[in-house]
Amino acid sequence: MSMTSTTTAAVPESAQASAAAAKRAARRRIASVWAGRIGLAVIAIGGWQACTTWGVVDPFFFGQPSGIAKRLVDLFQHGTEFGSFYSNIWTTIQEALIGFAVGALAGVVFGVALGQSRFLSDVLGPYIKMVNAIPRIVLGSIFIVAFGIGVLPKILLAAVLVFFIVFFNAFQGVREVDRNILANAKVLGASQTQIIRHVIVPSALTWIIASLHSAFGFAIVGALVGEVLGAQSGLGLVIKTAQNNFDPNGVFATMLVISVIVLGAEWLIGKLERRLLAWRPPAPSESNVL
Amino acid sequence: MAAVSNHTASRRADRAEREDARIEISGLTKRFLTPGGELFTALRDVTFTVEPGQFCAVVGPTGCGKSTTLSMVSGLDRPSEGSVKVGGREVDGITDGVSFMFQADALLPWKTVLGNVLMGPVFRGVPKQEAHASARDWLRRVGLTGFEDRYPHQLSGGMRKRVAMAAALINEPKILIMDEPFGALDVQTKAIMSTELLSLWEQIRPSVIFITHDLDEAVALADRVVVMTSSPGSVKAVFDIDLPRPRGSVQEIRFQPRFTELQHQIWDTLREEVERAYARTAGGTA
Ligand SMILES: Nc1ncnc2c1ncn2[C@@H]1O[C@H](COP(=O)(O)OP(=O)(O)OP(=O)(O)O)[C@@H](O)[C@H]1O
Ligand SMILES: [Mg+2]
Repeated sequence: MSMTSTTTAAVPESAQASAAAAKRAARRRIASVWAGRIGLAVIAIGGWQACTTWGVVDPFFFGQPSGIAKRLVDLFQHGTEFGSFYSNIWTTIQEALIGFAVGALAGVVFGVALGQSRFLSDVLGPYIKMVNAIPRIVLGSIFIVAFGIGVLPKILLAAVLVFFIVFFNAFQGVREVDRNILANAKVLGASQTQIIRHVIVPSALTWIIASLHSAFGFAIVGALVGEVLGAQSGLGLVIKTAQNNFDPNGVFATMLVISVIVLGAEWLIGKLERRLLAWRPPAPSESNVL
Repeated sequence: MAAVSNHTASRRADRAEREDARIEISGLTKRFLTPGGELFTALRDVTFTVEPGQFCAVVGPTGCGKSTTLSMVSGLDRPSEGSVKVGGREVDGITDGVSFMFQADALLPWKTVLGNVLMGPVFRGVPKQEAHASARDWLRRVGLTGFEDRYPHQLSGGMRKRVAMAAALINEPKILIMDEPFGALDVQTKAIMSTELLSLWEQIRPSVIFITHDLDEAVALADRVVVMTSSPGSVKAVFDIDLPRPRGSVQEIRFQPRFTELQHQIWDTLREEVERAYARTAGGTA
């Protein structure tokens, strides 16, 4: 009885042992990666702190990590001259999000439409290239003049920046649709709208979603620049005020908050990407990454 | 009495439908504009007919214009001269009742196996439940039950071809166009799938144009084999294959003396063209 149970258990046991060993090795690898990451952060931030404390560089111009941390706590606790820090964060997020949504949607619609129609793309092509060559950030000044210092000009600026990135990617994505797949859908009797829905948009989606990652960064840039140019609330305004007060710690503290926002958005877009592009074969190294 | 008249009526309807499935290719010429701005004649004066319900194989050296011919039969492309008629009507745009299995993989990678097979019914506006039932039925017939939720990249090459076959046949086409459908498969899988194709074809009996480089496959499957010349492609010879049907397993039929005889005849006709095509490309690179 005990004999049989040990013999039957023998094979799984060794398999279990090797699985456990593999798991241990993986855990060790993760631990060393994290040790490396934390070590790097300690060196960078510690070095900065040390240099400013020992007077190698002047904290008055370049800020100081401990000062930034203090300033950050202060901002969250006591707010700014233009209302609480939270309300300023919310303003910027709102502007960036709405601008992002409007710009991305318009980019997809125009990209797909122009990618479809040879005539439209031939007519509009040179103009789009021209508009793309303009440093669009300057449009912020015009929007402020035209629409005042409310949220609208910031939304518009963010939307314009996002639009062009998404548009070019959607356009390219439509152009890259596999000819065979297109022919297949046509022969199976797909109408033009069915082709757009079942073939062209899913195919372009790889390109579109890739562009969304960088596009959100641009939406934030649009909102911030708009706020720097003229606003009553928002992180851009907080930065501008800190700059005018010779307060680099305030600039860095706000910058930190902004990067947290962008990372959060990045994470959400990554989730969306995994959902929408679940059909894609995993990249060869994807399982090893993170 | 009523039963008899019913029967004849349905037979008549059947025949009328069958007439719909005749493919007449006459004087088909296709020229392409090369990037250098010259005219390149891919096809010259191709003429042959596929009778309703007939299985017609087309063989010819590579680059002779076989795929080009098919794209004009399906209405994906227009001839430069001549005409393609399906059921007596000139082909002008995508023809109803034509299914196409492409030389390259043409499954939609973002749709599951079920989604791919569903495309035909969905595009034709078949109610959802009915469409699902028939898609599952076709997946069963090609032996892919249990793989409905996989994506194409999770299948083997042979399984992808089966999905393509189910997707093409679910529309119960009157005309089935196949461009080297099993060209990329290993010999054993190819034999099994050819046998499967034959039995499915016998169930719905579409007219078939089947391109292949494999003469064994052509003779084993077809009623008629069209041999094309090297580029510019035209019809060199047409062989009627008088092996009895149903032919059963594709592997078995290879050993019949009549099979070997036909295969040799066709190879003798084709060899010259293949050599000429080869010499041309080899000379071009030398
Ligand atoms: N769009 C095109 N523009 C220019 N030339 C083309 C085009 N399509 C096909 N050709 C040319 O027409 C000829 C026939 O091409 P096709 O694809 O029909 O050959 P095929 O007989 O199917 O060859 P294979 O057996 O290798 O598939 C080739 O020489 C090819 O280069
Ligand atoms: Mg071909």
